[in-house]
Amino acid sequence: MDVFSLLMDGFATSLSPLNLMIVLLGVTAGLFIGAMPGLGSVNGVAIVLPLTFIVPPSSAIILLCAIYYGAMYGGAVSSILLGIPGASTAVATTFDGRPMAQQGKAGLALIAAAVASFVGGTISVILFTVFAAPLADLALKFGPAEEFALVLLAFTTFVGLGGDDVLKTIVMICLGLVLSTVGLDLISGQPRLIFGDLPGFYSGISFLVLAIGVYGIGEVLHTIETSKTAPQVTPARITFKELGAGFRAMNRLWRTMSVGSFLGFFVGMLPAAGATPASLMAYGIARSTSKKAESFGKGNIEGVAAPETANNAASTGSLLPMLTLGIPGSPTTALLLGGMVMWGLVPGPMLFIEQPDFVWGLISSLYTANFAAVLINLALIPLFVWALRMPFTVLCAIVLVLCIVGGFAPSQKMHDVWLIAGFGIAGYLLRKADYPLAPLVLALVLGPLMEKSFRQTLIAEQGNVLAFIERPLSGTFIALAVLFFLLPLAKYLRKSPKEGVAPAR
Amino acid sequence: MTDSFTRRAALGLASAAAMTLALPAVASDWKPQKPVEMVIMAGQGGGADRLARLFQSIIQKENLSSMPILPVNKGGGSGAEALRYLKDKEGDAHTIMATLNSYYTTPLRTDIGVDIEEYTPIARMALDTFVLWVNADSDIQTLDDYVAAVKAAGGEWKMGGTGTGQEDSLVTAMLEKEFGIKHTYVPFKGGGTVAKNLVGGHIDSTVNNPSEQMGFWQAGKSRPIAAFTTDRIAVFPDVPTMTELGYPMTYTMQRSFVAPPGTPPEAVAYYTAMFEKLAESEEWQTYASEKALQTDLLTGDALQAYFLEERQRHNDILTSMGEIAGS
Repeated sequence: MDVFSLLMDGFATSLSPLNLMIVLLGVTAGLFIGAMPGLGSVNGVAIVLPLTFIVPPSSAIILLCAIYYGAMYGGAVSSILLGIPGASTAVATTFDGRPMAQQGKAGLALIAAAVASFVGGTISVILFTVFAAPLADLALKFGPAEEFALVLLAFTTFVGLGGDDVLKTIVMICLGLVLSTVGLDLISGQPRLIFGDLPGFYSGISFLVLAIGVYGIGEVLHTIETSKTAPQVTPARITFKELGAGFRAMNRLWRTMSVGSFLGFFVGMLPAAGATPASLMAYGIARSTSKKAESFGKGNIEGVAAPETANNAASTGSLLPMLTLGIPGSPTTALLLGGMVMWGLVPGPMLFIEQPDFVWGLISSLYTANFAAVLINLALIPLFVWALRMPFTVLCAIVLVLCIVGGFAPSQKMHDVWLIAGFGIAGYLLRKADYPLAPLVLALVLGPLMEKSFRQTLIAEQGNVLAFIERPLSGTFIALAVLFFLLPLAKYLRKSPKEGVAPAR
Repeated sequence: MTDSFTRRAALGLASAAAMTLALPAVASDWKPQKPVEMVIMAGQGGGADRLARLFQSIIQKENLSSMPILPVNKGGGSGAEALRYLKDKEGDAHTIMATLNSYYTTPLRTDIGVDIEEYTPIARMALDTFVLWVNADSDIQTLDDYVAAVKAAGGEWKMGGTGTGQEDSLVTAMLEKEFGIKHTYVPFKGGGTVAKNLVGGHIDSTVNNPSEQMGFWQAGKSRPIAAFTTDRIAVFPDVPTMTELGYPMTYTMQRSFVAPPGTPPEAVAYYTAMFEKLAESEEWQTYASEKALQTDLLTGDALQAYFLEERQRHNDILTSMGEIAGS
């Protein structure tokens, strides 16, 4: 078979000693970069990019992809151990990963994250191998209307769930949407909500700043209050027994992991979306379709597996439009694209025809990178868990430092550090008042995407709102979104037929 | 060496990593004493960012600088953040900034308290060109077809771009003024996204840079109609220019480097020599010809004169668009 023989040729490239060493190096470096809050794959790739001139282009892209992959695995580590998302893609992992760590199941959560990442990565690489060419055309079909419909769907998978106090959820979404409008308006170029004229707000409020603030600082404040002196985390020892238990637990989650993989791959493939919305959507779907929905957010292993499969699958998916169309699906792939241009390769529809060695070498290295990442990650779990045994007084200070460094590093602006402090205090107070924080973060991620695509569609269609439902793809997504929104309502009505007569709002 | 460097880089300590680079063959006794900060007026991953990082990598690879060059993105407020930052670095010999046309338009559109005349010009590396594109499936083959089609659409013709006040919106405004036509201007996040939306059929035309459409054009998915240049672009020998069609509309995006106000003359000489070397390097020449960039190098006073002339020109265009009150 054609694809198969090309892939085998690719393996000949990626399994050469130099490339194999590069993969191991890249994955390890990526793992640590990803585990540092604030530093994500974007930073790792940006730092290493200029150094890649010393090796041939195929080895260079393999190194960058290995870092990319490693960072995706690493992002989960600080989400689980410290409750601070290591990267924006790992926010959803904190929802259940952190509670698991607090219950002394940090090892199990880390195993779950590693295995889920591996499954997501592998399934999506297979999808990539087989469907790269036809899917490129699908990505082209996504215009602003489809983007809006997809984002709306992402929202409803998450908010139509009930569980938390509905009114408080809505309040938090609105707050998140307001925060998402800060900065320069894309359409008119005018600054909005910049608090007088603070230039720091021109570039908007970064989602990572909010996440580090409310989860990182907020969590530290909360822990200080609740635990006083005794460490709240009871770190588990990691043994082979636990490893076995982890694998068994994961073996029951195939449904969640396959949904996460497919969803992640397709969402990641769309140029506008990327891994962060993909992981949030996967979490939302896992929760809404689970029989034990109420245990989500309290340390359900499924809540770790779902977003981790999705974000790794999405990171592979976002390579697809980059290679086939020359359109990056995420900031990191934008840098990879820049790298390819530097090496004299022109990404785009002709790349697969003109540079098959490069393309298939890259694809096959995704298999090896994935494999290397899961092994290294599993091997390092004892080290990660050991970090939790630090006395709380020490850990707490380290977490605070990581939060501040993580907030400062991407933008190098003190403005963001002050924002993190502010969001930390706000997050702490909101948590005390029992407001859910996840919808706030979600709204800030998806808000700008949603607003942009909504307005682009209306401009292009001369203000015709029906454009969203007239187009087949976006119409389907809107219908699914409505369904997801009504699903919990139907569940609610069935559960309590006596009280269920309240008129639908 | 590679190993230890990668690991340190992983910790975000790139600046601290000692790099033993050969001294450049530059006839000047001044050389940077610490890593040089390269401020980029745009966010990560965009066209400006990619080009600036290409320059950085060539400088590093060819040992053109005795100290590493560290790119820093300050893209906030269409470059306002970078312009203000550079102003605060007055007299600093270790900062340079990669510019694009927002170097003029941003201070013209909003009063951010900077006057670009104060900055120290170093080198203009390239001029990026603009071409009018349509989807390859469309019936439009010539500029006349295009104008007729836009007129027939009665204002509903969708022109994609990167935002009001951005370069492509200025080119669109020039088209509208010249032909008395009206587009619906749909803004997207970046030139690459604009190109993708044209090929996907979500918009009807674009005025992308050649580099942004190159891949699609090679795959036969988009069609260039006319170039906004005086001479034909080498990679598109069959594409007529607006000038030869009788409409003298030209517009280019400059890719230059400037330094803060009051940079010591020795430092300016050093950086100028560095970019002169860079301009001659083979990688840059190859890249520029593939991407249809015009590479006439301009330095010193000639560059400053060019900047001031272009600022006046943008002032006129923005005034005619009604974007600013004019002066």
